[in-house]
Amino acid sequence: MALLEIKNLHTRIAEDGTEILRGVDLTVNAGEVHAIMGPNGSGKSTLSYVLAGKENYEVTEGEVLFNGENILEMGPDERAMAGMFLAFQYPIEIPGVATITFLKAALNSQRKARGLDELPTPDFMKLVREKAKQMNITSDMLKRPLNVGFSGGEKKRSEILQMALLEPTLCVLDETDSGLDIDALKVVSNGVNALRSPERAMIVITHYQRLLDHIVPDIVHVLSAGKIVKTGGPDLALELEKNGYADYIGEAA
Amino acid sequence: MPAVQETVDRVREIDVEQYKYGFVTNIESDKAPKGLNEDIIRFISAKKGELEWMLETRLDAYRRWLTMEEPDWARVSYPKIDFNDLYYYSAPKKSGYGLKGLDEVDPELLATYEKLGIPLREQEILAGVEPKNRVAVDAVFDSVSVITTFKEGLAKAGVIFCSISEALREHPDLVKKYLGSVVPISDNFYATLNSAVFSDGSFVYVPEGVRCPMELSTYFRINEQNTGQFERTLIVAEKGAYVSYLEGCTAPQRDESQLHAAVVELVAMEDAEIKYSTVQNWYPGDADGRGGIYNFVTKRGDCRGVRSKISWTQVETGSAITWKYPSCILRGDDSRGEFYSVAISNCHQQIDSGTKMIHLGKNTSSRIISKGISAGKSQNTYRGLVSAHRKASNARNFTQCDNLLIGQDCGAHTVPYIESKNASAVFEHEATTSKISDDQMFYCLQRGLSEEEAVALVVNGFVRDIIQQLPMEFAVESQKLISISLEGSVG
Ligand SMILES: Nc1ncnc2c1ncn2[C@@H]1O[C@H](COP(=O)(O)OP(=O)(O)OP(=O)(O)O)[C@@H](O)[C@H]1O
Ligand SMILES: [Mg+2]
Repeated sequence: MALLEIKNLHTRIAEDGTEILRGVDLTVNAGEVHAIMGPNGSGKSTLSYVLAGKENYEVTEGEVLFNGENILEMGPDERAMAGMFLAFQYPIEIPGVATITFLKAALNSQRKARGLDELPTPDFMKLVREKAKQMNITSDMLKRPLNVGFSGGEKKRSEILQMALLEPTLCVLDETDSGLDIDALKVVSNGVNALRSPERAMIVITHYQRLLDHIVPDIVHVLSAGKIVKTGGPDLALELEKNGYADYIGEAA
Repeated sequence: MPAVQETVDRVREIDVEQYKYGFVTNIESDKAPKGLNEDIIRFISAKKGELEWMLETRLDAYRRWLTMEEPDWARVSYPKIDFNDLYYYSAPKKSGYGLKGLDEVDPELLATYEKLGIPLREQEILAGVEPKNRVAVDAVFDSVSVITTFKEGLAKAGVIFCSISEALREHPDLVKKYLGSVVPISDNFYATLNSAVFSDGSFVYVPEGVRCPMELSTYFRINEQNTGQFERTLIVAEKGAYVSYLEGCTAPQRDESQLHAAVVELVAMEDAEIKYSTVQNWYPGDADGRGGIYNFVTKRGDCRGVRSKISWTQVETGSAITWKYPSCILRGDDSRGEFYSVAISNCHQQIDSGTKMIHLGKNTSSRIISKGISAGKSQNTYRGLVSAHRKASNARNFTQCDNLLIGQDCGAHTVPYIESKNASAVFEHEATTSKISDDQMFYCLQRGLSEEEAVALVVNGFVRDIIQQLPMEFAVESQKLISISLEGSVG
C-alpha cells in the first residue's frame, strides 16, 4: 500500500470558485523522496495546503488516501496526528508565544494523541537543544516569539526543527530552500536528509536544482496549470534547469 | 467552514455549566432581613461591633444614596435592580468576630476553601513551600471575613493585615484617618451604596520603611442566594513602604444575578509602592446569559506622596457585567501610576472597564496597557481617562489598547478621554484591533494542536506582557484561567 495516493484531485478556491488543481494524480511510497517543480502559480502550494487540510479550498473531485485512509474529511489537526507535516513556504507569526512554548505544546499534543505521556520538561529541553543545535538555532532564538521578526532563513530552519521534533511520516516541504544562504541550505538539507528513512516519505517543492543536489530525489514531477504533466528521475530536474518549463506549459492547457 | 469559524462555534457552545467554582456550600447562616433601610444599616453596624462614628458615616451615605441615580453611561445593559429585593448581610454561623482560631470555624467552610484551592492552614502552607512564596490570605465569605492567616508573623514586621471589621474595632483611628479619603462617600451611586452597607474586606497597613515580607491576598466568595456582596478594602503604605496584594473571587452558579459592589482605596505616601493585582473569576452566567455576577466596583489609588507608585494589574474573566475603572490620582510630584489589564468576555458577558489617570503633580507619569479579548456574543469596552491639571507640568502618559476578536458576534470598543490643562503634558495613545487569523489557526492545527489549544496559545501570547506583571504564582494560574474561560474545557 502506498503511503500517499492522490487520485484525480480537483480543487477550487472556496471563495470565488477559481479552479486551481485540475486532476492531480500522485502516488508516494514510504521511503521515497519526490520533488515537485513547476512555474509560479501552477498550484504547488495549493496542493500542499489541500493535503494538510486548509479550509479555503474546496475539493470538487478525486480523493486523497493517506495510509489507505481517505483524509479529505479529516481536520488539519487530525491529519497532523496521522503523521502529515507541512513546512510552510511562508511560516506564520504567532506574537507573544515563545518558539520553545509552541514546540512543547505541539509535541505534547501529538504525544497525547498517540497515547504517550507528556515529555517531562528536562527531557524536552534536552531533546530540543540537541535538535536545535543541528539546525543552528540558538537558545536565544528559541525564546523569541515564533517567526516574529525571524529572517527568511531563520523561519525555514525553524520549520525543519519542528519537523525533526514531531517526526512525521509524510513531510511536505514547500520551497524550504527559498531565502536560504549557501550555509543555511546545507544545514537545512542535512536536517532533512537525517530524517530520510524507509518508513518516511517526502514531497519537496522547489524551483531549484541546487536543493536537489543536497536532497537527492527518487522521482521528479512537473506541475503545470494544476496538473502533473511530466514525471521522471533526478535527470528531469537538470533538464528543467537548462530548458525551463516552455516544453510543458503547452501540454497542460 | 474556516477554522476560526469553527472555533467560534465551539466557543459559543461552551458549557458554562462547567464553571468549576459553581458549587454551593450548605451552611447555616445568620442573615439580615431582606431589603434596605436604616434599620438594616444599624443591624450590620451592630453585628460588626462598630463605633458610633462609623454608623453615622454609614447612615450619612445611605441618605445621600437615596437621592442618587444609577449611572447609565456605561455600555452595558441589564434589567433594573430592585435594591429592596436583596439581602445585605449574611454570615456563616460559626465564623468571624469572636472566633479564636481555625478550629472554631465551621468544617463546611474549611472544606469550601480547600475545594477552591485556597490555603487557610498556616502549617500546611509552610510545609514544603519555599518561604519566599508564602502568601497571607484573608478569606471573605459572603459578608464576613472567615480567617486571616499569618497575622502574627506580619505583625512582627509591623504590618497590619486583617479584615476591615476587625480593623474598625482594633485600629479605629487609623481606619478613620484613611477610610473614604480616596473614594469619598458620595463618589458615585455604587460607591455610596457600598459606604452605607459594606460588610467586610481587608485592611492593610504597612508602616514607614517596611517592605511587606510576603504577598498578601484576599479571597472573596459569594455563597448565599439573593445576597449582595459589598466589600471594602483599604491599603495604606507609609513613607518608603512596599506591599504587593492580590485579590481573587468566585461565586456559585445561580440562575439569578447577584450584585457585587466593592470599594477599594489605596494610599501611597512618599516613596511608597503598592502593587495591586486582581484575578476576577466571578460566575459569568450561563451560555444564554442567565445569572452571573453584576460587578460594579470602584477602585482608586492615591499617590499622595512624592515619588510614590501604584500599579493595578487585573485579569478579568468572570462576571456577567463588569463596571470597573481602577484609577490613580497622581498627587505627589514624580509619582507614577500603572494599569495593566486583561479583560476576557465570552457568551453574553458585558465588560465596561478601564482606568483613570489623574495627573495633579509635576513630572507624574502613567502607563496603561489594556488587552481585551472578546468572544461569543459578548461586548467588551475599554473606557479610559487621562487628564493633566494646570500644575501637572511634564506629565507623561502612554496608553496602549489592543483588542482581539474571536468570531463575528462580539463587539470591542475603545473610548479614550484625554484632558490636558498643561501644555507641557505629553500623552500618547495607541490602539489596535485584530482577529485570530485563519492562517494562525491553520498553522497551529497543522502542528497537531487542537482548536482550543490553538486559541488558548494565541490568546496567551496576546496577553503575555500583562501576565508577566503578576506575581509568579498567579501568572501560571491566570494562564490556565484564560485558557479555560475560552475553551470548551471549563473545569
Ligand atoms: N486564496 C486565493 N485566492 C485567489 N487565488 C488564489 C488563492 N490561493 C491561490 N490562488 C491562486 O492559485 C494559483 C496557484 O497558487 P499556488 O500558490 O498554489 O502556486 P505555486 O505553484 O505554489 O506558485 P509559486 O511557485 O509562486 O509558489 C495562483 O494563480 C494563485 O494566485
Ligand atoms: Mg508556492
